[in-house]
Amino acid sequence: MKTTNNKIMIAVLSVLFGLIAGALIMLFFGYNPIAGYGSLISSAFGTPQNIGEIFSQMTPLILTGLSFLVAQQAGFFNIGMSGQLYAAWVGSVWFALSFPQLPSFVIVLGASVVGVGLGAIAGFIPGVLRAKFGASEVIITIMMNYVILYLANDAITSGFPNSIKQTVDSSNQVGNHGGISLKWLSDLTNQSSISAGIFIAIIATLLIWFVMKKTTLGYSIEAVGKNADAAKYAGINEKATQIWAMTLSGALSGLGGVTEGLGHYGNVFVQNSTPETGFNGMAVALLGSGSFLGVVLAAALFSALTVGGAGMPNISGVPTELVSIVIALIIFFVGTGYLIDLLIEKIKSADNASSNKSSGGGTKGRKKQLAETKKEAQV
Amino acid sequence: MSFLSILALLISTTIIYSAPLAFTAVGGSFSEHGGVVNVGLEGIMTMGAFSSIVFNLTFGSFLGAWTPWIGLAVGAIVGLAIAWLHALATVTLRADHIVSGTVVNLIAPALGVFLIKVIYGKGQTNQINQSFGYSDVPLLDKIPILGKLFFQNTSYPALLSILVAVLSYYVIYKTRFGLRLRSVGENPQAADTLGLNVARLRYEGVLLSGLLGGIGGALYAESIALNFAVSTIAGQGFISMAAMIFGRWNPIGAMLASMFFGLSQSLSVIGAQIPVIKNIPSVWLQIFPYILTIVVLTIFFGKTKAPKADGVNYIKSE
Repeated sequence: MKTTNNKIMIAVLSVLFGLIAGALIMLFFGYNPIAGYGSLISSAFGTPQNIGEIFSQMTPLILTGLSFLVAQQAGFFNIGMSGQLYAAWVGSVWFALSFPQLPSFVIVLGASVVGVGLGAIAGFIPGVLRAKFGASEVIITIMMNYVILYLANDAITSGFPNSIKQTVDSSNQVGNHGGISLKWLSDLTNQSSISAGIFIAIIATLLIWFVMKKTTLGYSIEAVGKNADAAKYAGINEKATQIWAMTLSGALSGLGGVTEGLGHYGNVFVQNSTPETGFNGMAVALLGSGSFLGVVLAAALFSALTVGGAGMPNISGVPTELVSIVIALIIFFVGTGYLIDLLIEKIKSADNASSNKSSGGGTKGRKKQLAETKKEAQV
Repeated sequence: MSFLSILALLISTTIIYSAPLAFTAVGGSFSEHGGVVNVGLEGIMTMGAFSSIVFNLTFGSFLGAWTPWIGLAVGAIVGLAIAWLHALATVTLRADHIVSGTVVNLIAPALGVFLIKVIYGKGQTNQINQSFGYSDVPLLDKIPILGKLFFQNTSYPALLSILVAVLSYYVIYKTRFGLRLRSVGENPQAADTLGLNVARLRYEGVLLSGLLGGIGGALYAESIALNFAVSTIAGQGFISMAAMIFGRWNPIGAMLASMFFGLSQSLSVIGAQIPVIKNIPSVWLQIFPYILTIVVLTIFFGKTKAPKADGVNYIKSE
């Protein structure tokens, strides 16, 4: 309970410090931080359309956040979410546009299967290479991001038949056949890009929570992530579990790609680099510090910042990029939680001393415990 | 084109594309020999590119042909500053190395474009006027055949990158500093027992990687990209990291691997002029180096061992 409280404190303080640092940057460059953040908030929540946009942006972030979380539980660092998402995005749109004669229910289902499948394969490959050959999943997933980027871009420009293309490097809109936009939601939010994706993301969150907390697979993944040797000794097939975890992680990122393709954008177009949404999922998972509710809340925060940030230049002149800087700083503070841990520690021991209830050695014991948890995290 | 001309073109383009990778990959090997994984090379290169372009645009008209060279130094200093952040986070504040490196990668392009908008009021800079061009090396270019292949239409900073790789090899494997750095990356406990300052040595390793990575980014900007925008560096830092691993954490290996990546990058640029290769769809040329990295990592992993304590925070027990 104590550690959970600390994690929440670290997350909240990191957001606070990130925003303060952003304010200092604005001050330094001659912008008014109050006007800057004011314009951020007013553009994020000012119109129903932008509120819809926040939900739309949240959708893939929740899914990639979950994706990172599942891999992390198995002791993996999945940096390939961006590529896994892009593969699924292109695949799902391709399917949806290629078979317009099918009933739309079948199109959506088929496109989802194709997308999630591609994401799962993109997660399976690094999973196998790490589990069977010991190759670093960090490097493999980074390399796969580029492989997928070039293959997918090539698929759009020279693979897609002209009949499903709008321009040389973008596809037609999925539109009424394979789209997952909901009319009542779009009408409610003044035709924002919100779609049924948000419900898919919430359902996926509940499902993954159930899998991770209540099933043997979830238990195995956690055991392998904590200590692969001990898990093996306890009779868990640690390699198969690792591969399953990476495949599941890839599938979740893939689902994020499907919602981008059929929901948020409704089409697919050539990218300069693999979609940033994939990388931001890592940020979301880190800020959510391993909790499912945390992931959803962090995704909401980042989406609100991004949507609000887009409106900042027009109202207060602050460049949009400030938001990316603030988000990166928030992750920096979460990542260096040690600093905040020490701070909380100091405040607590000061409290103890003032109330004369200090039993002695509290600080040292906590420090040692901290060092141990850090060590554990490294393994 | 004659065979010799094609070969000369291929070599000169390869060496120009590989030099930024080589500087950065060699830098990365310093960091990792000291035990700090540096996924942030991409961000370090981005800041190097940003600062050298801003410097170049500002002082180009006063400094003339010297501008790009001083630009490299500016990139080095800025790279150093960014690497210091990574060292602070990983060594002093015990952050996860990959998280910290990712933060560097996230913050660099955002900060770069933010500052470009503050300075120039638009999202990307103009083209620079003073760039590294092609030049002939005096005397050496007169050597028959070899001169034409290696010393005509080449670039000085590219030749410098080879020199730096050799020098770095010497520093890491033949000097006292190198021995100490490696011992900190292999077994920090033992190094600590022998009275070495683990934290200090790790800082030095990371800072060297920032210095060289900054030069790499600046060189890429001033010889290939020629301006700064959000996508200027687009993956060069990650390729450098792959080159470093491909080269087995050995500076000369990293340099050779960079040349290989440089070759395949240049093929997708000049491939259309070369027989046989022009028939291969460009997408295969684009993904080839990445696929090969994956294959090599998988097959030869047993032989490509990272320094033992690479990525492990050292916490001195109280």
